[in-house]
Parts: sequence; C-alpha cells; structure tokens
Amino acid sequence: MTIADNTPLFDAEDLRRQRAARFERFGRWLLPIAVMIAMIWLWDRLVVWNEIPHFILPRPGLVLQTLIRDWPMLFDALLVTLQITMMALAVAVIGGVGLAVIFTQSRLVEMSFYPYAVILQVTPVVSIAPLIFIYVDSRTAGLLICAWLVAFFPILANTTLGLNSADHNLRDLFRIYGASRWQTLRYLRLPSALPYFLGGLRIAGGLALIGAVVAEYVAGTGGIGSGLAFRILEAGYRLNIPRMFAALILIALTGVVIFAGLSFLSHMLLRKWHESALKRET
Amino acid sequence: MSSDPSFRSMRPKVLEMSGVDKTFNGDVVALRNMSLRVNDGDFISLLGPSGCGKSTALRLIAGLSTPSAGRITWSGGKSENDLGVVFQEPTLMPWATVAQNVWLPFRLRGQSYASVRDEVLDALRLVGLEKFLDAYPRELSGGMKMRVSIARAMVTKPRLILMDEPFAALDEITRFRLNNDLLQLKAKIGCTVIFVTHSVFESVFLSDRIVVMAARPGRVIEEVQVDAPYPRHEEFRTSGEYAALCRRASEALHQAMEDAA
Repeated sequence: MTIADNTPLFDAEDLRRQRAARFERFGRWLLPIAVMIAMIWLWDRLVVWNEIPHFILPRPGLVLQTLIRDWPMLFDALLVTLQITMMALAVAVIGGVGLAVIFTQSRLVEMSFYPYAVILQVTPVVSIAPLIFIYVDSRTAGLLICAWLVAFFPILANTTLGLNSADHNLRDLFRIYGASRWQTLRYLRLPSALPYFLGGLRIAGGLALIGAVVAEYVAGTGGIGSGLAFRILEAGYRLNIPRMFAALILIALTGVVIFAGLSFLSHMLLRKWHESALKRET
Repeated sequence: MSSDPSFRSMRPKVLEMSGVDKTFNGDVVALRNMSLRVNDGDFISLLGPSGCGKSTALRLIAGLSTPSAGRITWSGGKSENDLGVVFQEPTLMPWATVAQNVWLPFRLRGQSYASVRDEVLDALRLVGLEKFLDAYPRELSGGMKMRVSIARAMVTKPRLILMDEPFAALDEITRFRLNNDLLQLKAKIGCTVIFVTHSVFESVFLSDRIVVMAARPGRVIEEVQVDAPYPRHEEFRTSGEYAALCRRASEALHQAMEDAA
C-alpha cells in the first residue's frame, strides 16, 4: 500500500460517494443557471439570425431594459397583485383550517357540506369570475373572492386529512386520560395535521397567485391600482411585447418567491421532528 | 413476601371482571364469560394465541369499549387516575420532547409542567432516561422509546397499568433487558400490572399469575400460578423452576391452540 500514514482510509466506494455528494452540492445550483444562460443566449441568437421584429419577439436585453424603464409602473402593479394574493391566502388559511376543524368535530356538518366544497373546487374559477364581478361591487373584494376560491381547497382537504390521521393509539390514550374535545384538538389533532397543512399551504400559495391573476384578466378594468395581469393585457393591446415579457417575468418570480418562502416556513416548523425535514444519516 | 400466595388474597382488590362477554356485529364472539380478580400489587399476564381476546379484555378494562354482558367493577369506583397504558408501539407524540410526552397525563388534567416537574423527572430517572429530557422521540432507539412510554404510564402512579404486548416489536436482547428493568420498577413502586403477551417465557419471567386464553371464541382456559419470589433476576431464566413453569404454561397454551383448531 502506498497510502501515507496520516491519510484517512477511504475505500473506492467512499470516494465515489463523496464525489457524487460534491457534484450534487454544486450541480443543484450550477446546472439550472447554466441551462438558463444557454436558453437566453439561444433566444437572443434566434431573434438576431431570423431578424424577428421586436414587436413579435424582443431580444432578452430589450426585455431587461423595459423591466428597468417601466419599473415604477410594474412594481406598483406587482404590489397590487401581491396584496390580493396574500390576502386571499390569509383568508384561505383561516377558512380552510376553520372548516377542516368544524368538519372533524362534527360528522354531520362534514357529510352535509363537503360535497359543496368539492363542487366549488372543481368549477373553473374563470367561469364563475364574471358572475362574481356582477354581484360584488368592490373590485378588490371580487378579486379576493376569486383567489380565495382557488386557494382554499388544498388547505381544507389537506388539513382535514391531517386532523384525521392522528395516531389511533394516541387517541385511545387521550380518551383513557379523559381528555376533553378541545384538549384532543389542541394537543393531538392540530399537531398531527401540521405537516399536512403546510403541504396544502405550499400548493395554495401558488394557486392564490394564479387565482388573483386570472380574476384580474376577467375583471379587466384598468387605471390606477390595477395589477400585473392587467398590465400584460394592456401591453398586449398596444403590441408592447417587451413589457408583456417583463411583467410575465415578474409574475413567475413572485410565484417562485412565494413557494420558496412557504417551503422555508415549513422546514422551520418541522425540522425538529418530522420525517420530511430530516436528513438521512447514511 | 409479596409473592406469598396466602398474602396475595389478603391484598385489597383493585378490580373485578365477572362473566364478561364481548360480541362484535352480533355474531363474532371476541370474549366469552371472562372473570378475573385483580389485587393490588398483582402482575398478571394474559397469554394466548392471536384472536383469543386478550387485547379485547384490555380494551374493556381500559373503558375503551363496553362489555356486551357481565360487569367490570373498580373497588371504590373508577377515577381518572386509575390507569396507565403501554401499547405495542411506543405511541409517543413525535412533535413533543421526552419530558413533554411524560408530562401528558398531568397536562390533560390541567396541571402545568412546573407543578409536576419532580414527578416527570422521577419517572424518567426510574427508566434511566433522565439525560434525555429534551430529546425528540425520533432521536431515541426503539427500546428507549418504549422506556419513555413506560415512564408516561406510571408517572401519575395509577392503580393499574395495562401493557399490550409492549416488547413484541423489540429485538430479544432489548426485550430481556426491559423485562428485567420492568421487574425492578415494579419492586420500586409496587405497581399493579396486567400484561398481554404471546410469549410463554416473558409471561413466566414477569408475572405471579398467568391467565391462559384460547381463541374462537376468546375465553380463559387456565390460570397458572407462578410462585417464584420476587425480586427475580437474570438467573431465574436458567433455573429448573422456571423451565418447569414454562413447560406448564406452554402445555396449557398448546391445549388452548388445539381447542381452537
């Protein structure tokens, strides 16, 4: 053997695993970035090679310029959309969790109302939205209702599942110790439901954004206080394609940020005890 | 002294089952005509093949289901502090620390952690886990989780502890260790235990009375007295007395299986 005395003894498999781990660490970030750079470069070249006019497909550089030039207007629009999204998500959390708790406390209520929750969910929001804007005077309230309709179901469904998946032996134990309904909910069912709820919340975050954007398309009114979706529509009418791209990028980024934020929240709440947040040791 | 049969009957009665039947869906007889007197300080094993109603009997005693016929009477009436339970799984709350898990029975009675910290610490010291107060269940081995579960069952010093095959899922080395520890615990705090198992060896090693049960319908067919004195140590496992008792319990169990077949 030619290994020096102070060299730790790694066998071939160890070395292979280490190499794979190192590759994982960098690859996870570098590969998507490399793909993005390649795609942008290809996009740019396609426009130049085919001499595509900018009102059909702008070059990436122009999109970036537009994003910077129109930033004050786009940022205001982003704030409007974001506000609707966050409010809808908050109401979805309160409504979804509240309804789930009521469902699990009373079989009667669940049997009576669950089918309607499903019907609300499967009816496409685009088809209900026009009606909502007829009956609801306030534009903000209308947008909020639409976004809420899309976002609340995953929270309701997941939380209901979670509340019902509390360990059966633990439930028996609570009964033996004479726990009240409230104690069982507070100390057993809600903690059991937390991982399920957080899974639903991550889905609902994305859906709330989609709901807000779709509702804005339907509402269609512009002026001050309109959101990103309206800015896209407006730019489309004026053939301002670079601005459409800029707004689209902002919406996509917002979605990513919401998802990342909720994932982080989920990780922080579960990291101490839940399987999903644990690193495998071997 | 505690194992002298003549003394046993003089100890106060904790609970009595008389002529208890349990039927499910009208035709499945899970338990037929079971009578059992539990005295203070008893360690009773319910031994039998699966389907013999031993877990049903435990659930009836725990009050999780009600007898179809017959009576279960607690002497002096039943109160909240009568029972501690250990299941086959450790059944800990994964989101709570070891100390919080052991605190649970007190917490459900509205007692703050500060007011019962000494009891929680004592219980954990008895099972040798006083250094793991703030650990989460996932950080513990299977045997350690079971110890937490045992600490939780006895922390309120209940009149009766029910154990439903608590060590069945553990490896044999851990199982033997926990058997020894359980007997030491019993000697220290003098608890009364009903222990469900399908292991002849475990039932002989632990208990002073073995109730052998048969299946279809679930019923008691024999009671074997184990008169070996406590404390029993590892040497008891290799004694002739132990072997003879195992043979007796085993024969009774075979009889039970044949009856069922």
